[in-house]
Parts: sequence; C-alpha cells; structure tokens
Amino acid sequence: MPRIAVIGGGVAGMEVAFRLSQLSFEVDIIEKSFILGGHVHKWQKLFPDFTPAHQIVDQLKNQLRDKVNILFGNEVIKAEQENTKHILYLSDGTTQVYDAIVITTGFKLFNANRKEEYGYSVYPNVITSSELEEYFQNDKPIITKENRIVERIAFIHCVGSRDEKVGNRHCSKVCCITAVKQAIEVAQRNPDAEIYLFYMDLRMFDRKFEDLYLQAQTEYGIKFVRGRLSEVSEKADSRLFLKLEDTLLGKPLRLTVDLVVLMVGMETAENSIQLANALGIPVGQDNFMLPVNCHSQKNITGNRGIFVAGCASGPKSIGETLADARSAALEVYSYLNCN
Amino acid sequence: MKFDWFVLPFLSGLSFVTVYTSVKFYRWINKLSRGEKALLKKYIFSRSIWTSIKEIFSESLFHLKIFKTHPLLGYMHASLAFGWFLLIVLGNIEVKFYSEYSINPPYVPIFLNFFEPTTAPNFFGRGFRFIMDFLLLIILSGVALAFFKRFVPSKFGMKQNMRHRWFDRIAIFSLWFIFPARLVAESLSASIYHNGSFLTNTLGKMMSFLPAETLLYPSWWAYSIILGIFFFALPFSRYMHIPTEVLLILMRNAGIRSRYFSHPYQEVETEACSRCGICIDSCQLTSIGYAIQPSYYLRTIRYNELHREITDNCLLCGRCVEACPVGIFSTDIRRHERTLQHEMRTVKFKFNQNKFSNTYTEVLYFAGCMTHLTPGIKKAMTTILEHSGYSWQILDEDENICCGRPLLLAGQISAANQVIIHTRTQIEKTRAKILVTSCPICYKTFKENYRLNMLIMHHSQFIDHLYTHNRIATQYRNVNVKYHDPCELGRGANIYVEPRRVIEQIANLLPSSSEKNKAPCCGGSLGNTMLQAEEKKLIAKRALSEMNLTSADLLVTACPLCLKTFSAVSSVSVKDLSQLVAENICEKIPNNAQKIHKAVETL
Repeated sequence: MPRIAVIGGGVAGMEVAFRLSQLSFEVDIIEKSFILGGHVHKWQKLFPDFTPAHQIVDQLKNQLRDKVNILFGNEVIKAEQENTKHILYLSDGTTQVYDAIVITTGFKLFNANRKEEYGYSVYPNVITSSELEEYFQNDKPIITKENRIVERIAFIHCVGSRDEKVGNRHCSKVCCITAVKQAIEVAQRNPDAEIYLFYMDLRMFDRKFEDLYLQAQTEYGIKFVRGRLSEVSEKADSRLFLKLEDTLLGKPLRLTVDLVVLMVGMETAENSIQLANALGIPVGQDNFMLPVNCHSQKNITGNRGIFVAGCASGPKSIGETLADARSAALEVYSYLNCN
Repeated sequence: MKFDWFVLPFLSGLSFVTVYTSVKFYRWINKLSRGEKALLKKYIFSRSIWTSIKEIFSESLFHLKIFKTHPLLGYMHASLAFGWFLLIVLGNIEVKFYSEYSINPPYVPIFLNFFEPTTAPNFFGRGFRFIMDFLLLIILSGVALAFFKRFVPSKFGMKQNMRHRWFDRIAIFSLWFIFPARLVAESLSASIYHNGSFLTNTLGKMMSFLPAETLLYPSWWAYSIILGIFFFALPFSRYMHIPTEVLLILMRNAGIRSRYFSHPYQEVETEACSRCGICIDSCQLTSIGYAIQPSYYLRTIRYNELHREITDNCLLCGRCVEACPVGIFSTDIRRHERTLQHEMRTVKFKFNQNKFSNTYTEVLYFAGCMTHLTPGIKKAMTTILEHSGYSWQILDEDENICCGRPLLLAGQISAANQVIIHTRTQIEKTRAKILVTSCPICYKTFKENYRLNMLIMHHSQFIDHLYTHNRIATQYRNVNVKYHDPCELGRGANIYVEPRRVIEQIANLLPSSSEKNKAPCCGGSLGNTMLQAEEKKLIAKRALSEMNLTSADLLVTACPLCLKTFSAVSSVSVKDLSQLVAENICEKIPNNAQKIHKAVETL
C-alpha cells in the first residue's frame, strides 16, 4: 500500500490525511508540536458565523482517529529522492520512505516587534489579534493590563501585510474580516466602548462578509476609518496615544485609546523555506511555495510526488484551506493510481 | 645649446601642459570670492605653508594615506609618483656635471644619455648613472604592479578596479610605456657607449645582437613621442590630478571650502580626483551594483554628463570621504548639487503653535521623529531621566517637530530654515541647561545649524555624563557586545569614546575590525532617496556580516534609524545604548552620589 507523508498537522494537514486514509492509503502526519489543529486550535470563534473553532478541530480529530499515524514532535531534517520514492530524515532519528508528500506547513503570524513604531512589546496595552482571542474565552468585559475596562479600542489593519518596508507585499486575506468579527465580539462584551478600525482597504471578498461589515456599523456602531497608523506612544496614565493619518481626508489624526489591537498578517512558516529548498520546490517573492500554476494545478509542485495544500501556498481562510486540502488529496490519489 | 629634432614631441607636450595648467589655475583662483582670495594669499605667505609643503610631499608624492590603506598599493603609487619625481630632480642635478650652462632646456636631463653619451669618469658620474638606473627600476616595478593590478586587484587590497573610459586608457597606456621606452633607449645607448649602470648596461649587453646603432635614434624618438602623448592627454584625463592636487592641498589648508555647486574649490576637487578607485571599495552600494562612488560621480561632473540619479543615490555615510587619499569632500558636493536640483523656494509651512511647554526644567529631551518610531528608546530614556535626578521634560511628546536635517539632506535649504527657526524658538522658550537627543541626526543639526545657548548632548554623552557624576549606577552583565558607530554620530559628529565608555560599564565590549570611522552604514540612511526597500535590506545584511557578530550576544547602536534597520535583518539581538542602560539600571543611587548631586551647577 502506498505510504504518504503529510507535513504539518493543522487543519489542512488533518483534512488531507483524513481524505487520503478514506482512499485507503497509509498516511503519516509529521507534526512539530504535540497538538493538532495549528493556529485554529488557538482561536475561539470563526468568521463569518461565529462557529466555535474547537468544533472544526474536534470534528477533524475525530475523523482521523485510528486511521492516521501521527508523529508528534517531529520535523523533517533532510530529504532525498530515489526514483519515485521520497526519503525523509526526521528529527527523532528515524528515516521514513514515502510514495508521496503533502506539504501543509501553513503560516506563522507576523512578528509585531518588527513594526516597533506601533509599540508592541514596549507598551503592554498594544496586543495582537491573536492575543485578543484569549480575551474571548469568557464573556467578561475586555480590560486593559491595569484592569481598567476598555472604553476605547483601535484595531490596526495590515500589520505586516501589504507593507514593503517589512518586506511583505502580499495581502494576508483574512485579517479584514477577522477584525470585523473581533470588533463585534468586543462590542458585545463592552457595549459602551468606542471601537475604531483603521484600514487600508476593506477586502470583504467572501459570502456573508459584507453582511457582517454592515452589521458591525449599523448594529454595533463600530467606526471604520481609512487611515494609516504612524506611531504609538504611552501617556502618563498608561493610555495610548496614536498618531494616524486619515487617508481619505489627507489629514493627520490623533486619538487616545485604552487598547490597540494589531491585525498581524501571515508569513510563510518558520521552516517552510528550508523544507522547500530541501524538497526542491520554488518559493515566490512572498516566500510562500509556488505550485505549478495557480488555476488548474494549484496543489502540484514542480517536484513529482510532492503536493502542497493550505496556507503553505499562500494565505487562505479556513473554508478555502479545507477545500484546498481535499483537492490535494484527490491529486495525490490520481498521481499514485496513474503510476 | 644642445638640440635635436626628436625632443619636439616632448617639448611641445610639456609646454602645452604648463600653459594649460597655469591658465586653469589662474581661472580657479580668480573665481574665488574676494574673502577667499585674501585667505589663500594670507595662507601662502604665512608660516603654516610648511605643513602644506610637507603634505604635498607625503601625499602627492609619497602617498602615505594609500600606504595605510594597503602597503603594496601604496608602493605602486609611490614608486610611480615619488620615483618619477626623484628621476626628474636628480636628472637636473646630474646635468650640472656635464653642461657648461647653468640653465639647461628641460629636455636635456630627460634625454641626457643621448646628449652626453660618455659617463663622467669620476665617482659622481658613475654614482648618478647608478642612481638613475635604480630609480628607473623602482618605477618599472611600479608599472609592472599597476599592470598586474588590472587583473588581480585583490592582491592590492582592492575588491575591484575603476572602470575607465577610453580616453583615460590612452593616458594610462602612454604613462605605462614611458618608462619601458626610456629603458630601451638607454639600454641601446649603453650597448654602444657603455654609459649606463647595472640595469641599462646589462640590458645593453643582452641586446648586443641587435643593430643598436640603427635602432638608437628611433628609440629616442619613440620615448619622446610617448612622453608627448602623455602630456597632451594629461589635462583631459585623470592625470590632471597631478598638478591639481597641489592646489587643492593649498586651498584646503587655507580654509577654503565649497559653499555651493560649481564653487571653484569643488572644481579643483573634481580635477584632483585621480580615480584611483579606493572609494569604490569603501562604498556599500558597490556590492549591490551601483557605480555611483565619488570616482564615478566626480567624473560625470567633470565631463558634464547627466548624473542626476548618481547624485541622489548615495547614503551620505561618509565612508568614501574617510577613505579618499586626496581628501575630497564628495558628500558636500552631493548636498550642494541636491540643493541646486530640489530647492523649492515657494514652500511655506504652517506650524501648530502653542502646544509646546513653557515650563523650565534642567534637562530638555528631544526624542526626534526616528525615536518616535522606535518607542523602546524613548521609554528607556524616560527611565534613565527619571533616575538622573534632574528635572526634565520631553519637548516633542505630542507634537512632532523636526530638526530640519531630512530637508537639508534633500537639499531643500529654505524649507529647512523655516523648520529650524520654528524648532529653535520652541527649544529656547524652555531655557533648559542641557538639550538631550536620542538621534544623532538631530544632534548634529542642533550642533551645527542652531546656535543654541545650552549644552547639547547626544544621549550617549548624556549617559556618560550621568555615570561620571555618579547620578546613575548599573549592574554589570557578562554579555559580549559589539558596538556599531552610527554614521552621523561617528564620522558626522566625531563621538566615538562616550558610547564605548557607557557600554564598558555594563557589558564586555568586543573590538571590531570595522568600527569607528570605518564603521559601515546600516543602509537606512535618510540621505538616499533612490534605493528600494529590498536594496536597503541587503545593505543592512552585508553591514552586519562586515561587523562579524559571531562572538557577540548583542549588537548595540546609538541611533534609532540604525536600530530599526538592523533589527529587521539581524539574527543577533539589537539594542540601543539607552535600552542597555535602562534595562540594567539600579533602583538606588549609591550614597556618595548625593554629594555630587549638584553637578549641574558646574556645567
């Protein structure tokens, strides 16, 4: 029976592995951490319908049960190719031979320290969108690090995305709608809070996104300002002073808030570039992996028997990731059956 | 009087150079303002002229600075310049043994072996022939090295050669051929008359199979023609630097500086550039493929070529100025030219008034716009100021005011002056004793353009001052630190000692091969408006590898712009000096500090 390696145990990897096991292949998931679910595991609710994230992860986990072998705490150190066989050297010292490999290494969040002017890790009340999710574990009002109830909050879009200065020209795609979702969740917990979103463009590309955006404005009174943040400083009372530009009016803007949320974008995962080099897969200017083409062969890489799915080949929403994973599984199936 | 027709090419070439150079010199000096002329005149008739004469010997002839860059490169330049110089001087003395005239035409010493084929039969006669042979050998070794340098510049401490134009090549080749031609002519002469010494006599014997008598006269013609070609090419080629450098040294030591684009001093600088190419290696844009270094830049100015992109594509880091053996202030020329190109006289700023403090504090802290973009530094400085015991305030807390330097670097002088006047008013209103800034760019501007009646300190100096007056104390950490000298603080403001003293209070400071005036630029310079973000990143990466951080735990710098640029690409963690201090500051000031607490009065 052909053996397949799925590198990365996020939602993409889990879905690929499950579909391939359904097609009765022997599948190994190689996961560097000790939990499945990747980034989704850390999320509370998902846009646009507020589905609890754990529902998706649990469902995927249940599907995998007893069907797929999971090699936790493992990374690929070296890769070799012999005819149609792929040999992977893993960090636990073992060597595995596979007939096909699916790369689902996903993404990492942009390190907000690289935009030091936004004050992340300098001022405690500047947090990332991922850290804000932790506040949503319960329904209590959002408070600052000094235990003050947040009365005014600013969401900053495109932190580390569409920013040539940090070397990222690409759009991370999901942060716009995530900001709208999170703003609504804040409004539900702090009904009196003033909520500002400072965006470059609002890219409400999928179904129901526009509805959520409209709802945020009409129902929750969330204020959307097209503007760019230039710098954050801290006042004596530990509130944050923002200097921005309203890019529609072309005028500078100043605002004092209790909490700043940076909508950090996606970058290619830590070891993805090394992995791409080891497996001979080209990466784009944005460092995400390049499939043969982005229309009809978006899961096929230049190297035979190696496939890619999910955010390893660029930012995607969860729905898109799962669809991409299923399509990759089918590509693997046709590849192995035509050999 | 001795004469032969073959001296004509040489003689006409020499006359041409003399006339041309004299006219050029006269024009340059004439173009100086009345004050500058007086300055030059006063200098030439003062006692300090001797320093210039010394410099002309050590730099124009002996090339001491190039020796310091690389000994072999220095030897190559010195053997040609100093060797040839001695050949001419000693040749002129030698003539005295043979000639009945006290004044001889200039071609006699050059072609002495033709005019005086028999060696004076005494010690001096043979001695001089020996010295002349020896000098010729030295020069020939220089020519050989120059030839090899074209192929293996790395052996001469250079990464690459200057790419010369065809006209310069003619001049170079004629220069190279002068000395072999002389060797051939003198050797042929020696093979007939035995009038040479160890070199020419030996070579003459080796050439005895040749019909020396038929070849001798044409070989003197060849030598003269090559000299003639060189002299005719000299004023239009790189070799114009030979006479011009002398004038440059005089003018520079007299205190004349270029004040605007096309100032006569700048024209002298332009022609004094020998295009030796040493600046090419010192420039960090070389490795990313830009030929914008002073050698190239000054050439485009000299030959009136289009070069707008070259003018703007420069970090203004000043490494080339430090490296230049001639001492050309090329960054000044760029700034003057930018002024010419970008000056917008019509701009009128409206300033936000009345938002600045009028209260008095001892210390006024000016963070600067770049520090606002690196709030870690501002926070660290706040901590340090809290511990300093001084009363203090931040001038640019809410309102961004600018020192004016970005506008100055872009050449927008009148716009910059508006900003400077506004900011100066705000600073003076506070009547502070010490103005502290975290940004070397602001520091340099406050120092040079503001005429403020208070102590101006960069924060590295201020922290050093706090240590010496026992106002702060820090814990010692056993970490290895490398310090990066920011361009504007180091080469720009000559502050090298204070930041190092501060680091040594806290950590183990590692030496570096490229530090102080040789430190690389981070690449984030405001002076360059042409580079793409990716290119700046590449420069930063290469600067880091040049500093070699393998043994360092931490890279410390003292400029917010350097911090920001390096943080983005460094694998070793990067901190500002103030952050290093603030993180290790002791809560309690040692007891004896109280006594010296009034140190501010001594300022």
